[in-house]
Amino acid sequence: MVAPLLEIRDLQASAGERPVLRGLTLSVRAGEVHAIMGPNGSGKSTLAHVLAGREGTKVTGGTALYQGRDLLALAPEDRAREGVFLAFQYPVEIPGVSNVYFLKAALNAIRRHRGEPEMDAADFLVHVRERARLVQMSEALLQRPVNEGFSGGEKKRNEILQMAVLDPRLSILDETDSGLDIDALKVVADGINALRRPDRAMVLITHYQRLLSYVVPDRVHVLADGQLVRSGGKELALELEERGYGFLAGNGSGGAGPGVTGPEVTG
Amino acid sequence: MAAPVETRDLYLEEYRRRAPDLPGAGLPWLRRTREDAIERLASRGFPTTREEAWRFTDSGPASRAPFAPPPPRSGAASAAGAGPAHPGAHLTFLDGRPAPDLSALPAAPGASVATLREALDRSPAPLEPVLGRLVPAAEHPFAALNTSLFEDGALVHVQKGVVLADPVHLVFLSWRAAEPFRTLPRIVLLLEEGAAATVVVSYTGPAGGAMLTSAVTEVALGEGASLRLVKVQRESVEGFHLDATAARVARGAAFSSHVVTLGAALSRTDLTVALAGAGAECGLSGLYELRGRQHADHHTTIVHEAPQGTSRELYKGVLDGRSRAVFDGRILVRPEAQKTNALQTNKNLLLSPEALVNTKPELQIFANDVKVKHGATIGQLDRDVLFYLRSRGIPEEEARRLLIHAFASEVVDAIPVPWVRETTAAALFTTIGERPDGGRP
Ligand SMILES: Nc1ncnc2c1ncn2[C@@H]1O[C@H](COP(=O)(O)OP(=O)(O)OP(=O)(O)O)[C@@H](O)[C@H]1O
Ligand SMILES: [Mg+2]
Repeated sequence: MVAPLLEIRDLQASAGERPVLRGLTLSVRAGEVHAIMGPNGSGKSTLAHVLAGREGTKVTGGTALYQGRDLLALAPEDRAREGVFLAFQYPVEIPGVSNVYFLKAALNAIRRHRGEPEMDAADFLVHVRERARLVQMSEALLQRPVNEGFSGGEKKRNEILQMAVLDPRLSILDETDSGLDIDALKVVADGINALRRPDRAMVLITHYQRLLSYVVPDRVHVLADGQLVRSGGKELALELEERGYGFLAGNGSGGAGPGVTGPEVTG
Repeated sequence: MAAPVETRDLYLEEYRRRAPDLPGAGLPWLRRTREDAIERLASRGFPTTREEAWRFTDSGPASRAPFAPPPPRSGAASAAGAGPAHPGAHLTFLDGRPAPDLSALPAAPGASVATLREALDRSPAPLEPVLGRLVPAAEHPFAALNTSLFEDGALVHVQKGVVLADPVHLVFLSWRAAEPFRTLPRIVLLLEEGAAATVVVSYTGPAGGAMLTSAVTEVALGEGASLRLVKVQRESVEGFHLDATAARVARGAAFSSHVVTLGAALSRTDLTVALAGAGAECGLSGLYELRGRQHADHHTTIVHEAPQGTSRELYKGVLDGRSRAVFDGRILVRPEAQKTNALQTNKNLLLSPEALVNTKPELQIFANDVKVKHGATIGQLDRDVLFYLRSRGIPEEEARRLLIHAFASEVVDAIPVPWVRETTAAALFTTIGERPDGGRP
């Protein structure tokens, strides 16, 4: 059996001064799509930020291995260049830097790291236009400053475009489906599906079953109070949608109540 | 014990000795102008930080000791720093003296580009209403030094209705010498009615040497004339650069100024624009990029004297190390200048916790039907934006450069001369953290 692409063990981390993750264990194999759901403030974004190396988050215990290496020891740019991608819940605006310029700088930084030649402007434009079609991103949005004045939905599509251009191995999508209208959700979901590959894995952080009916996950986890309190197949998302998180209450932190499987993934 | 001899006394003595031989000595009006200037210098001396206009800029290092005239040069100097070869007129001064082998003055019908000495010898008449009139020595102590002792400089004179296609380049190159020395470049730009031109003035030199440059530029634009004036200052980071520039803009004329300040340990630029006729307009843009212990002070004054004038001003600064910038933007709207539209913006990016900016708008409005707005910001690189870039694989150093460039691009992109635009952009990209003493946080 192949080693997991991402293996998180007993991860504890704080955001600012506040302890948020309290012993989180999760492993994700290449080819899999995992969904993480959970109440507001339970630590989903913090997990994403810790994996991407954002300053302001601090790991206080546990490990995270990516391709067998200590992910947490790498600088954020090195994580990205090794194939980790985070689609932000709140993408930032970058006035004065055009979207294409930004994407080219990012792709070439990654290509340099891989020992590949940099792409020139003309080749890059062909590449990015082809990728932009995947998320139905207009030429105008490509030329505009990164995310500046983009609508909420356009920002989310821009995150998927970046993922499509940068070709990561492990993508963590933090509520990329939030704030999308029904058509845009379909576009984004199609984009994600088009990027599913046996050598790639994705972690979808979401509040809604709707995305998961388009992008069918292999595993669904519930994050509550800094731990994965429940894991299951795609049916778990439906169950949560019907019953809310309330029915999980009383399971205790990480405790396995009746019918609750542990967060360990088999596969 | 004898009292220490003051710097100004030494300049005064030099003036007494050399006045009969200075260019234009035979012109009574110029002689008077020079006398007034040296008297002003003798009576008031150099400014101290007790004067409001010099509160944040201690010019002491530039005035505590006298700077001698440039030493004579033996042998040809290198053209390094003179910029690439350009089409159009190209007048280079080496240590304040014309360098014919580094100059080219192709004939342009209806326009003349000449050294000021030649112009004063041959046809001084057009200079009389401008030289020493637009930058009054009484208001600028270093201009008083220039006015009393200047030896050369340039006159660009474009006749009525003539449009110069190629930019005119005036290059002032100061080469390092054993002893510190001064240059006093003097520039007059005359555009008659309906004339149009682009003039690039660059002050440049090798990295070392504590030279003093005290420059004065006077600009007179006739009705409907249009001038784009680009000034690039890349002098020795040990040197002192003082520049007083004033423009008088007649009815319907347009003056646009682009100032790029990269060099000098201490620099001070006073730019005064008088919108003297109805519908006159000016656009002032500036970029200062400082590091180490560099200090740059930009004082601008826009005087709306007539109705329907428009002024747009945008100055941006990037400060690293322990550098310090001063921006003082005065807008004066006279009672008759109804329907004035003025917008002033100053934005600063601090790359180091030890860098410092003093920014101050000064609005004096005496007309009631006007639109005048100003704004100033001082900020740092946004940590979240930096992280966003890094999370896409862009190394931190490159991410910083990208954001600095993005910050400056609004001003850089507006520079109307491609080679200046490109070298300015390149200086931003390549020299961050690379200049000597360029402290990083
Ligand atoms: N810098 C910080 N300082 C203090 N507390 C923080 C900081 N960042 C996050 N938190 C807190 O940590 C907790 C977890 O936040 P996180 O953003 O991970 O939640 P989430 O599960 O993503 O929620 P949502 O579903 O609303 O996006 C929240 O209570 C939040 O207020
Ligand atoms: Mg979140």
